Amino acid sequence: MGLKFPVHELIFITPEIILCCFGFLVLLLEAFLKKRSPSLFGVLTLIGTASALIFVLELFEFNIEILSGLYLIDRLGSLLKGLFLIILLLVTLMSLRYVEREEITQGEYYSLLLFSTFGMMVMVSSRNLLTIFVGLELMSLSIYILCGLMRDNLKAAEASLKYFLLGAFASAFFAYGIALLYGSTGSIDIRGYSEALLRGHNSTILMLGVALLTVGFAFKIALVPFHMWTPDVYEGAPTSITAFMAAGVKSAAFVTFLRVFYAAFLPLIKDWGDILWLIAVITMSYANLTALVQDNIKRMLAYSSIAHAGYILVAFVTGEKLLSSSIIYYLMAYTFMNIGAFTCVALMGRKGEENLGIDSYAGLSGRHPFVSLCLTIFLLSLTGVPPLAGFMGKFYVFSSAIRAGYIWLAVIGVLNSVMAAYYYLRVIMYMYFKEPVKEIGDIDLSSPYILVSLICIFFLLYMGIYPRPFIMLANSAVSVFF
Amino acid sequence: MVDIPILSILIFFPLVGAILLLFIPRERPYATKVTALLFSVVEFILSLPLFFFFDETKKGMQFVERSEWFPEWGITYFLGIDGISLLLILLTTFLTVLCVLCSWTDIKTKVKEYYISFLFMETAMIGTLCALDLVLFYIFWELMLVPMYLLIGVWGGPRRIYAAIKFFLYTMAGSVLMLLAIFALYYIYFKEKGVFTFNVIDLYGAHIPVSIQYILFSAFAISFAIKVPMFPFHTWLPDAHTEAPTAGSVILAGVLLKMGTYGFLRFAVPLFPKAAYDSIPLISILAIIGIIYGAIVSMMQPDLKRLIAFSSVSHLGYVMLGMFAFNMQGVEGSIYQMLNHGISTGGLFLLVGMIYERRHTRMIADFGGLSSVMPIYATFFMIVTLSSIALPGTNGFVGEFLILLGAFKAKKIYGILGATGVILGAVYMLWMFQRVMFGKIKHEENKGLKDLCGREIFILSAIVFFIILMGVYPKMFFKKMDLTVQEFLRFVEERNAYYAKVEESQEPSSIAKLIGDR
Repeated sequence: MGLKFPVHELIFITPEIILCCFGFLVLLLEAFLKKRSPSLFGVLTLIGTASALIFVLELFEFNIEILSGLYLIDRLGSLLKGLFLIILLLVTLMSLRYVEREEITQGEYYSLLLFSTFGMMVMVSSRNLLTIFVGLELMSLSIYILCGLMRDNLKAAEASLKYFLLGAFASAFFAYGIALLYGSTGSIDIRGYSEALLRGHNSTILMLGVALLTVGFAFKIALVPFHMWTPDVYEGAPTSITAFMAAGVKSAAFVTFLRVFYAAFLPLIKDWGDILWLIAVITMSYANLTALVQDNIKRMLAYSSIAHAGYILVAFVTGEKLLSSSIIYYLMAYTFMNIGAFTCVALMGRKGEENLGIDSYAGLSGRHPFVSLCLTIFLLSLTGVPPLAGFMGKFYVFSSAIRAGYIWLAVIGVLNSVMAAYYYLRVIMYMYFKEPVKEIGDIDLSSPYILVSLICIFFLLYMGIYPRPFIMLANSAVSVFF
Repeated sequence: MVDIPILSILIFFPLVGAILLLFIPRERPYATKVTALLFSVVEFILSLPLFFFFDETKKGMQFVERSEWFPEWGITYFLGIDGISLLLILLTTFLTVLCVLCSWTDIKTKVKEYYISFLFMETAMIGTLCALDLVLFYIFWELMLVPMYLLIGVWGGPRRIYAAIKFFLYTMAGSVLMLLAIFALYYIYFKEKGVFTFNVIDLYGAHIPVSIQYILFSAFAISFAIKVPMFPFHTWLPDAHTEAPTAGSVILAGVLLKMGTYGFLRFAVPLFPKAAYDSIPLISILAIIGIIYGAIVSMMQPDLKRLIAFSSVSHLGYVMLGMFAFNMQGVEGSIYQMLNHGISTGGLFLLVGMIYERRHTRMIADFGGLSSVMPIYATFFMIVTLSSIALPGTNGFVGEFLILLGAFKAKKIYGILGATGVILGAVYMLWMFQRVMFGKIKHEENKGLKDLCGREIFILSAIVFFIILMGVYPKMFFKKMDLTVQEFLRFVEERNAYYAKVEESQEPSSIAKLIGDR
């Protein structure tokens, strides 16, 4: 019996194929096209992303397995694919000027962005651990390079190297975890594990495998104590890539984590709950405490992203399938506030002078009221002030925790968000309450930046004031677990 | 008139003004001011029909608006007012006009942002007072923080940054715990009735085991007590008051503090009646400590604004004491005192703001003998001071008298201790007045001080008008709230009788067990 390649199923992975093709196209053009306009590659990426997005929307109603069960087309995957493509769109928009300013090689930059998004899409649409691993590596390797694209910048080189070395360890853990799981159950499909668990299979090797898998995910999500790389990498990477990592990589890793655990290891989560509970508490508290004393806004946002991962983990710990839609909703909300905040950070800088110190924001509201207002909205949303999406996200996550009976976890979580308010407000305080310490100079208020900011603000308000459609979407996405 | 969504209009009209202000060019501060004034005056006029069309013979909520917002979760856009919120809304719209007027020359930098914050603030305040859905309430409640944070931080005094952040963090810390309690209440109600709802009127009917009532009540009570502020949660107040610009202090004292006491009346007490009854001794004692402590600390303040801030702690102590007497006199007096405090303390802050604008100091020691150079100012100051001391004939008397009467009725010792605050109040206010107004002029700068201008006289006349009206003809206001307060007391008593009958032994001991359905 020969294996036949199921060509007709390729139609279901059109978005992935489109991204790949555009990635190669950009690479080839970089090599062969001598004369080109500065924003050619950016525009090509935008076109590729937008057309992929259209196909993803078409696929939203499907719920099938293709390629002999290696690949899934379901609501959860499609929703996340859509989210990744929106992230890619926004990041590409904000990169248009940023890449030019920082003189980053454009062909490589955009093609790697496309490939890494492709990797994320693979990650979230498989039940097979090996496929997930391939997606994970594709995403990670592209990001390692993207972090170090500003070669003459010491911090960028450090970030790239650090991320690569530690990331390689995490991948090794992950792969080893897969090996152990395979060894104990004879399956690399996560359905095999749930069957084994239902049969009462409960060996040390299986547990060890799950533990190693968790370490791999925790590294990508940046949960304490696997977060050490985050501040340095977020600081050193180009700002647009930082935004991409904080929104995209985190979402991809979290949702894959969710799929693997909720589809296969849910019986275990009652035992694992305690460990994850502890990780959630430590992650929130440690990140928020450290963020209090950061003077560099990118580092501050890095710690804040760790803290947000902690909040999301609160919903994860509950182990309630229905409530896991709060994770999806939170990730959507976080995407917009995060990309918005990083956009404001990106447009503040000039070539070679990034203006990342918090004091460079002093008195900004006087010279640039629009930028200050935008950044204020993003920071307030990160704080969780209603009626912005960040509030609704916290509302949903913490109400889920109460619903599942995790009262103390919720209490620690909300107290943490009060602590976090201090460092977000600190930036607002610098912008509005202080006089400028040095001349801010002209900042780059070009239309792509403004467009990204406005899109983000629109979604933050929409998702905050009328969250219903988004929560319904998230609910339908997690229905794949039932 | 049923069809006009008057409450929604009242809530969002200032917001429209704020958005409109965004588009007025920065170079034209005068246009900004006039627009802001126009919006606040129209808003005040719009709120007047509430008073005249409010049917005091009807029980329950009036001007109700209700539409679905998130039906699956039971969140509704649900507005309505009763006799309590009606008067507070009027106070809000009235004080906002005065605040816009008193900032006319006071605010010179970032004029546009200032008035935007102010109108935004008004939206949030009125929304908080109208909301009958807990989520809607919480949204407006938190929304009040941001403009106030900016008002203190941008246009405040030298230690404004410290004060602004302290204000924000304190209030937020209280309210997030309340949010969790709201969730718990929501799921408990679901467990009991099988319906998801954040509708307060429905939630009043929840049967919450007493042990859990204590937990939830304390979460709500701490949040509101911080806002009131009750001793020992009052420490943010003197800082915030002292550093805020005049109008900020007026709105803070006049309306924001009332949100705490209003929260007790609308949410904490009726939702958890048994816990509220059981905490009468604790809250009454804290209120009395607040009354006496606030008065004593006021006496020793060298700074006028700080003095008034501590006197607020004392006055709000009365409000809490009256409310937790749980009888007609006490509760009505307490609501009346909320209005009084808004008017008279608001007036005091306005007066201090006027003198600060002239002399750029608020130290009592820098003044003395002002009555000879500023006779009109001194007259107004006298009237407002007397109202704050609760002289018969002024509004303050009616409120404090009723509160003490209620407290006596409830428990004599509370009344006696509370009454000492009246004496202490007279001491610090009159002593302050004497040091500022009488005696010889010790400082050369004070000799050339100009008396009040027309705008200032107008503002203060409005205040004095209400001081006298509310002092001489309180019935006009009491008749609006009589039935509401009666219903409130009847409801709380009924519920307590019910809880007294419930067997305590069968109760689940923790929230987790109560909600958990697995």
